Amino acid sequence: MSDKEPAVTQATLVKKAAPKSDYKPADVSPQRRVQRTFAVRLWSIRHSRLLEWFYSRFADVFLLLHPLWKGIGYGRVEAPVKFVEKRVKGIMFDCRMCGQCVLSSTGMSCPMNCPKQLRNGPCGGVRANGNCEVEPDMPCVWVKAWEGSRNMVHGDKILTVQKPVDQSLRETSAWLRVTAQAAAARETAQNPGASA
Amino acid sequence: MTGRQRDENPAGIHLPLDPLPGHTSRGRLERVLRRGEFAVTTELNPPDSADPEDVYNRAKIFDGWVDAINAVDASGANCHMSSVGICALLTRMGYAPIMQIACRDKNRIAIQGDVLGGAAMGVANMLCLTGDGVQAGDQPGAKPVFDLDSMSLLETIRIMRDNGKFLSGRKLTTPPQVFLGCAVNPFAPPYDFRPIHLGKKIAAGAQFAQTQYCFDVPMFKTFMQKARDLGHTEKLFLLCGVGPLASAKTAKWIRSNVPGIHIPDAVIKRLEGAQDQKKEGKQLCIDIINEVKEIPGVAGIHVMAYRQEEYVAEIVDESGVLKGRQPWKREVRRDDQIVAERLDHILHDEITETQVDMVKTAH
Repeated sequence: MSDKEPAVTQATLVKKAAPKSDYKPADVSPQRRVQRTFAVRLWSIRHSRLLEWFYSRFADVFLLLHPLWKGIGYGRVEAPVKFVEKRVKGIMFDCRMCGQCVLSSTGMSCPMNCPKQLRNGPCGGVRANGNCEVEPDMPCVWVKAWEGSRNMVHGDKILTVQKPVDQSLRETSAWLRVTAQAAAARETAQNPGASA
Repeated sequence: MTGRQRDENPAGIHLPLDPLPGHTSRGRLERVLRRGEFAVTTELNPPDSADPEDVYNRAKIFDGWVDAINAVDASGANCHMSSVGICALLTRMGYAPIMQIACRDKNRIAIQGDVLGGAAMGVANMLCLTGDGVQAGDQPGAKPVFDLDSMSLLETIRIMRDNGKFLSGRKLTTPPQVFLGCAVNPFAPPYDFRPIHLGKKIAAGAQFAQTQYCFDVPMFKTFMQKARDLGHTEKLFLLCGVGPLASAKTAKWIRSNVPGIHIPDAVIKRLEGAQDQKKEGKQLCIDIINEVKEIPGVAGIHVMAYRQEEYVAEIVDESGVLKGRQPWKREVRRDDQIVAERLDHILHDEITETQVDMVKTAH
């Protein structure tokens, strides 16, 4: 409890103690991305309303194909669907394949790109310019999510409290899961006695 | 102070308080806030040592000035004594700690265990935080956990308390009785989302909130206006974070190095212009408290005086926020004397009686 503020912080000491070499990587963060441009992801957020519209049609089509999926077997279609889903969402949203997609609740900004993987809103460390605390060059995922959600028809879905990520669902297809769940919900709605 | 203090179990000072209707905890902080009194909380600078005396000494300077003490959980991702450890020591001494839980270092299994352990020790208040990123601290190579976030952590503890269940659905035999808090930072973007975000935290279970350092009162007023309009201040007790700045240099350093703290240029200018910067920093803090306490919906202040803890009493006193009220102060219990005598006897009097003698005298 001394009166003086320390001249050097612990973090500085640690940095100085690191081995010296000619190769000095730019500010390293533990969740460092190789990616340096966020243009496509930001485009998707700017066009969140269009994507919302498109996705709802797309989900309907997927649900229509439920008999087909069921016929082939969900287990068998998983691999090809996941292959496509991973690539498409990877380009559009920098998808991390958490397997429990919440894009339509987060203004089409994938929350798994947040270094803390926050799914319920921004942390307190957002920089004054709206960039991330951990990765100073990346616009905060949640600042963008809020902007994106304001353009969407069902943007207020951002207000629902999200459950913790189920890590066991990683690298699985969210599209198929949502479709199967919707189909199951539709069936119980049609004949409520059956399931109860 | 003689006589009984207000929040004290009539059967003994060491016993937990009786539960009151509508209260979720047995803590004194919840009682103070629900009575509508202006609460004062502060933060204990966690020691880098294994000596319990360090914690006791650091807590002692707050005696009779604060309603609760935050036990920080490796704030700024710097390694210190754990918040669970500090809480164990503080509850043993009869203080009212606020146990901070950060999601950075522990997964949901460890956190739920700590919640039960903390509540069993007598911790009545828990503050749910996401936690700073590991890059901010002294061990940037650490693995960041972030299994839960502050919101799902709030919900987890609320489920444990109200439904008596773990997140998995397994039943608890005795649920933890805790007063749940969250942090809120009105001074970081996206500014218009922040009040709504607070609403989400209330929905997830937050009952009180402590804000980040407030140096920009107009900005805070705008935030509070929105929070009031949304009806948040009726559902949650909001404590405004304040603290003294040691100098203009420190202020500049904080501004550029500590994530999430917003210090306007005017503040730095005011500090630079002062003869005694440290005194001016304290005065600035008092001025901010005086402005903040008039804002409707502010239920108290949270004084964070990092490395200037000795100023907390002066700041609280000079700002007059307690209005003559004296927060709970630990007093000597009646049986403390008996315990001390007994201990003295064991330690210093020579006990010559052998076990054989003891058996003989018993017959």
